[in-house]
Amino acid sequence: MAESENIVVETAEKIFADLADAQTINRDKKGEWKAPLWRALTEAGLPLSWVGEDCGGSGASLAEGFGVLGAAGRFAIAVPLAETMLAGWLLAQAKISSPDGEMTVAPASPKDRITGNADGSLSGRARGVPFAKAARHIAVLASGSGGFSVALVDAAKCRIEAGLNLASDGSDTVTFDHVQPIAIKPAPKGFDQTSLMLMGAVARSLQIAGTLQSMLDISVRYANERVAFEKKISKFQAVQHNLARLAGETAAAMTAASSAGDTIANAAGFDDAVFLEATAAKIRCAEAAEKGAAIAHQVHGAIGYTLEHILHRHTLRALAWRDDFGHESYWAVELGKRIAARGADELWPLVASR
Amino acid sequence: MTAALRFDPIRLPRECETLRKEVRAFLAEEIANGTFDPHSPQGGDRDVPGFSKRVGERGWIGMTWPKKYGGHERSFLERYVVTEEMRVANAPTRRFFVADRQSGPVLLKYAPEHIKMDILPRICRGEVCFSIGMSEPNSGSDLFAAKTKATKTDGGFLINGTKIWTSSAHVANYMLAIFRTSPPTKENRRHGLTQFLVDMKTPGIKVNPIGQLTGKAEFNEVVFQDALVPDDHALGEIDGAWKQATSELAYERSGPERFLETYYVLTELVRALGDAPDARGAEGIGRLVAQLHTMRRMSVSVAGMLHAGKEPVVEASIVKDIGTVWEQQLPHRVRDLAAFVEPDASNHEILDTVLPYAMKVAPKLTIQGGTTEVLRGIIARGLGLR
Repeated sequence: MAESENIVVETAEKIFADLADAQTINRDKKGEWKAPLWRALTEAGLPLSWVGEDCGGSGASLAEGFGVLGAAGRFAIAVPLAETMLAGWLLAQAKISSPDGEMTVAPASPKDRITGNADGSLSGRARGVPFAKAARHIAVLASGSGGFSVALVDAAKCRIEAGLNLASDGSDTVTFDHVQPIAIKPAPKGFDQTSLMLMGAVARSLQIAGTLQSMLDISVRYANERVAFEKKISKFQAVQHNLARLAGETAAAMTAASSAGDTIANAAGFDDAVFLEATAAKIRCAEAAEKGAAIAHQVHGAIGYTLEHILHRHTLRALAWRDDFGHESYWAVELGKRIAARGADELWPLVASR
Repeated sequence: MTAALRFDPIRLPRECETLRKEVRAFLAEEIANGTFDPHSPQGGDRDVPGFSKRVGERGWIGMTWPKKYGGHERSFLERYVVTEEMRVANAPTRRFFVADRQSGPVLLKYAPEHIKMDILPRICRGEVCFSIGMSEPNSGSDLFAAKTKATKTDGGFLINGTKIWTSSAHVANYMLAIFRTSPPTKENRRHGLTQFLVDMKTPGIKVNPIGQLTGKAEFNEVVFQDALVPDDHALGEIDGAWKQATSELAYERSGPERFLETYYVLTELVRALGDAPDARGAEGIGRLVAQLHTMRRMSVSVAGMLHAGKEPVVEASIVKDIGTVWEQQLPHRVRDLAAFVEPDASNHEILDTVLPYAMKVAPKLTIQGGTTEVLRGIIARGLGLR
């Protein structure tokens, strides 16, 4: 990691530690922590990390932004930071300036389509859009007769039905009924909905990997404190082996996610390498989320199942994030199709090229 | 604690890709000449002396060792590329692989100069095969329970006892073994074992092959009866072998051979399912490839850390734990996914022949070179649990 990357990530971590400590958030039933956190993040330029200074952002590198997302995952942050970063990034693809405030992106699933109409308006429905209710603006990728366009839309112009993901964060249905965007421009050549989904999938992978790291920390700490049968439960081999497996799943998620982030940060476009790395990250991180969350809860016993304990902030988000920007099964099918089309003897050369 | 877990996205440097092309071209030529059949994983253990020598001539054994001992002073990452390409091709590497991976580095570190000058160049030329004498009938994972004795006598040590499950001992020229030179102490049960180099031609050594469930007999019982090993064949500290064992483990545990052992069934699954598989087949392939890619990236990351002079012991153990469990399950996942292959309209002949072998090999993968249980114990210690 480059020195500057460390500085951006350290800034994010310091803000999270000061204003979004899991224990404090968990006790705050009214959500009063959100506004000060968002203010601090904005002052540090983090929501618009991936927007150049010419488009109103802070112009951090892709790698720095990915580092911030890992940190956001470690703190199980539940404000639209990742979403605003993705929205700013999407808008910047078409050189559209980012406004202030919370944003999100639509569509957030490979199955949904937003269409650009002849009069410049947008129509369609996007399901499972994270934090749409909380967003002031939505960055939209629309398909039309002339290819893909990127649009900036006032969220108030859309019909938004509130929904919740597994962790009770906003996951809403957004309907565009001939909505006139604030700005709309063609997407760059070769940029399509798969590009957006892959970028979103890598963002979620980094968040899952980050939150798994915290699950591992919390679980190890608890096992070293909790006494049963007259000794610390960390001394039981069954518990040790469960935690070793949790470490393995965490390591796999960290590796897959950071490798995918590194690939996108260094790629010229969304090529085969990015496709393999990004889909593999989402698939493997989702698998790790399932196994890891189960182990973390098993180690904690009943206390980890309470609302009072912070563990659920991590486990439920890790599980919920699996759903966004393509279910892992969807990506597995898409990756499998590509591998099959390339042929059996081209599989190893592809894997070895990474 | 997880701050200590590191898996940076390390990439193999550009020079590795030139080398990869050379290795692939070499293997293609060997296959064309009929040296080995890439679709026959059983052949990986076959004795093809000419092959070892040709690999040696290319400079691909002892790649990282000093030139003065016949090595080539190339990087650990370059060695990684050679290893993974040979493994994926099912090349017959067994004769030189153990010496290249483990025995050579131990000799480099602990053997006296004249032994290094004698043996290391021959390893590099692909002329000698090593075996590892660790397990005994009553000492497997619990290495420090080893009882085979090395008793000091005039001009050396007399070895008495039995090693078991010793791969390649029936063809090996040498063994690197641990023998008991003193009883354990109350304070340290690991005390009292010493590492030795043993010439397998030494009188008093009897090698008895043991049949394996695959039908082959590539591991052995090795009985020592007053076998005399010279003084200068004791490697490192007398009674202190336990201090020498651990640093080598990261090398042994994190390489591509720890997740590619049954890789060929995945290739053949893709072949059998054809270029347009149904959703079930495609999803299965996609997940397995995602898992494989992730493990390889973990393994390369550890290789990069080793290359940089670090000792990622916990990370290496994680790679072997996850990797061996994966390569063990792989034949069974492939079997599931191939269940609906159309027998008359599919290219599944190779899969049919290699899958049973892979399922027979599978059980040993999580036992050899440190069991899953031992690895998880090491990981747990690294996490601060014990």
